[in-house]
Amino acid sequence: MHTMINAKSTLKGLVVAATLLLPLHVAAAGSSVELESPIIDTGNQKSLQRGAQTFVNYCMGCHTADYARYSRVAADLNLSEEDVYNNLIFTTDDAGERSKVGSLMESSMSESYGKQAFGVAPPNLALTARSRGVDWIYSYLKGFYIDPSRPGLGVNNTVYPGAAMPHVLWEQQGMMKAEYEEVDGHDKLVGLTRVSEGTMSEDEYDDMVADLVNFMSYMADPIKQTRHRIGMMVMLFLLILLGLVYLLKKEYWKDVV
Amino acid sequence: MSKTTGLMGWIDERFPLTKMMEEHVTKYYAPKNFNFWYYFGGLAMVVLALQFITGIFLTMNYKPDGELAFKSVEYIMRDVNFGWLIRYMHSTGASMFFVVVYLHMFRGIMYGSYKKPRELLWVFGMLIYVALMAEAFMGYLLPWGQMSYWGAQVIISLFGAIPFGIGDAVTLWLKGDYIVSDATLNRFFALHVIAVPLVLIFLVAAHILALHEVGSNNPDGIEIKKNKNADGIPKDGIPFHPYYTVKDLFGLVVFLIVFFAIVFFAPEMGGYFLEHANFVPADPLKTPDHIAPVWYFTPFYAILRAVPDKLMGVMAMGAAIVVLFFLPWIDRGPVRSIRYRSTAYKVLLFSFVIAFIVLGYFGMQSPTPAGTLISRICALIYFGFFLGLFLVSRNEKTKPLPERVT
Amino acid sequence: MSAKKQTENSPAAAVENSFNQDNVDPSRRRLLVGGASVLGGAGAAAMGVSMLASMSPSARAKAAGAPVEADISKLAEGQMMTVEWRGKPVWIVRRTAAAVELLKNTTLALRDPDSAVEQQPAYAQNAVRSIKDEYLVLIGLCTHLGCSPAYRPEVAAADLGADWEGGFFCACHGSKFDLAGRVLTGVPAPTNLEVPPYSYIDDSNIIVGVDGGAAA
Repeated sequence: MHTMINAKSTLKGLVVAATLLLPLHVAAAGSSVELESPIIDTGNQKSLQRGAQTFVNYCMGCHTADYARYSRVAADLNLSEEDVYNNLIFTTDDAGERSKVGSLMESSMSESYGKQAFGVAPPNLALTARSRGVDWIYSYLKGFYIDPSRPGLGVNNTVYPGAAMPHVLWEQQGMMKAEYEEVDGHDKLVGLTRVSEGTMSEDEYDDMVADLVNFMSYMADPIKQTRHRIGMMVMLFLLILLGLVYLLKKEYWKDVV
Repeated sequence: MSKTTGLMGWIDERFPLTKMMEEHVTKYYAPKNFNFWYYFGGLAMVVLALQFITGIFLTMNYKPDGELAFKSVEYIMRDVNFGWLIRYMHSTGASMFFVVVYLHMFRGIMYGSYKKPRELLWVFGMLIYVALMAEAFMGYLLPWGQMSYWGAQVIISLFGAIPFGIGDAVTLWLKGDYIVSDATLNRFFALHVIAVPLVLIFLVAAHILALHEVGSNNPDGIEIKKNKNADGIPKDGIPFHPYYTVKDLFGLVVFLIVFFAIVFFAPEMGGYFLEHANFVPADPLKTPDHIAPVWYFTPFYAILRAVPDKLMGVMAMGAAIVVLFFLPWIDRGPVRSIRYRSTAYKVLLFSFVIAFIVLGYFGMQSPTPAGTLISRICALIYFGFFLGLFLVSRNEKTKPLPERVT
Repeated sequence: MSAKKQTENSPAAAVENSFNQDNVDPSRRRLLVGGASVLGGAGAAAMGVSMLASMSPSARAKAAGAPVEADISKLAEGQMMTVEWRGKPVWIVRRTAAAVELLKNTTLALRDPDSAVEQQPAYAQNAVRSIKDEYLVLIGLCTHLGCSPAYRPEVAAADLGADWEGGFFCACHGSKFDLAGRVLTGVPAPTNLEVPPYSYIDDSNIIVGVDGGAAA
């Protein structure tokens, strides 16, 4: 894993050096809170399978992901189409029948209903790992805390204040309370502490969310593993071609005095 | 022209095939001292070809429709066989096009390639650059993501700066609606896939014809045609084919390594080639927290923001591009290449390049007081380069030119 | 090449040129040019193949082409129903016992009475071209130029002649098929209508697109 990252960063380094030396930085999408980083490994199929399970059970009730297909998830996560049909498909198609394996991962909740229920339509989650970043999602799912000032929801979020989403995973995590500290006369949120037990320990909850985020990372860019594999072959091919073309150039340029 | 027989003979009696090949390839004599900087013209042509090919295949699955566009791009990325490769090649190609074109333009400036008799060659090149900016701008709307949408909104609004009510009428006409909408997307699609590419092909042909008419400049900036042998061949010239075809082939493979490294391992390029906000579908009711054009426009965008007046800002930005057209006449010096020019020139050019890069950087950032101040200084340096060049080149103290290329 | 000629004609010119090809090893050059061409060509071909592959059916097209189930329990004798499979009309006809009898003892001139041409899975290569005598499953597109023929079960229909035993008539170019989809002679269609792969899930449900063999 580490060597791969190194190889990648070397490649990136080369690329950057060759292209006007742009300063690289990744902006955290509009939040002032320090984000936590889960371990992302879209090659870990066990983790992806667990993440998929959580995703279809807890996210897809409201959120759609209708750029992705169940059959693609089956193929990429090394699951049989039957397994996926029996264990991962809880959505229905327009005719009210259970979605087929080949269909898009479309939520049963319509956009207009979602808008009515939450004020904003729950966003499509298929690309969130690419638009918000995995750290954001991970920290967001760990950032819910009790906030009585928000009627109906009763919760707020450290990463995304004013989020319209209820804390769907509260049964697992338990409820969290915000801790404040006074800084320059203002109350500053400094951390969360657990006030009620969930069905999971804190570590178990972190693992579940990490698997979920790993799956979302896969879903945002399902070709990534294949892309890297083909990329290595293309690089190897081009390096051999480079050697040959270099000899060819040298041979002809012997003529030039 | 060589006499041909057989099939070639038959063709040559009816079409100047051999004549064209000799004129532009086998008997086009190029200076033997081309260096690293001379790869980028050919590479720009290769990228253009790649953009055409990948673009054709993308068009087969893309839907220029406000409701369907974003989803059709994801369809290409996920459902179409190798669609991801074609799309990433096209998006990477757009950025790499500007990388090679900027390096190519810098080469032209550094070695005075725009000077007599190559003024038209330079002007054609500049026209290509402007057409390319239009092509890239309209292509960027097509994925119909948040950045596409709001980028187009901002750039189209620039025309609103035109006074006497003309500006508002023009922006409305350009959009074909009261906001950037389906109508805008559809016309940008038409312009992106048909109109501008045709203009580009025509301009590239004119650029190359002009080049082969006057001959290539070289790092020494001296005219190799002044020194010909008994056969009328420039003594410092070598036939483009095979010598520069094999050399450019080497450069091409190096380029492809960089190109495909991006395509396969970092197609987003950390958010510079594909921006994070563009993975969210266009929403006319909500602007992303931070919007900026793609990196290749940011130097000019920074100049726009540096001026605290809408009309003046737009004019400054336009002037920053227009002034480049006049380089051949702004530079009055007798010597072409930086190698034999004065220290004053070198300082000017160096600060110009630094200012351009710094402007590019601040054009990508959210506006801050410090950033705006630095952008203003750099904008002054940018325009100062042309003024300085005009003054310095009048009575420039230059080094003696060599007889032959070195 | 030009440089060669010059060195032969005027030795001085060689000195004046920036290139001379006097000491060239042509076999080495041929080898390098050949190698680079082959390798470069292979790379270009790989690129081309992936571009062209994008034109073959996508995951969406394949999902839409998935097997379809049809409930045949409500189909009355002599009736036909149409289901869509891979975007094509697939007919399911419940033939009467009389029609089946007529098919087995037909007197019509057929181009391919024994279904020798592979227009059906092996389990449908019989006199009635179906798994069960009663139910015929056919792709409803004429083998001539792809129009969809009409279902004409009535024997000796006025417009089709006294010897018409019931079947399918293509109005586009006048091709005629019997109730097993076999083509008659003297019409433009070259082969029998195609039988898609299908199988019985149970007595009242057919799945089109899945081979179940002759069992059922």
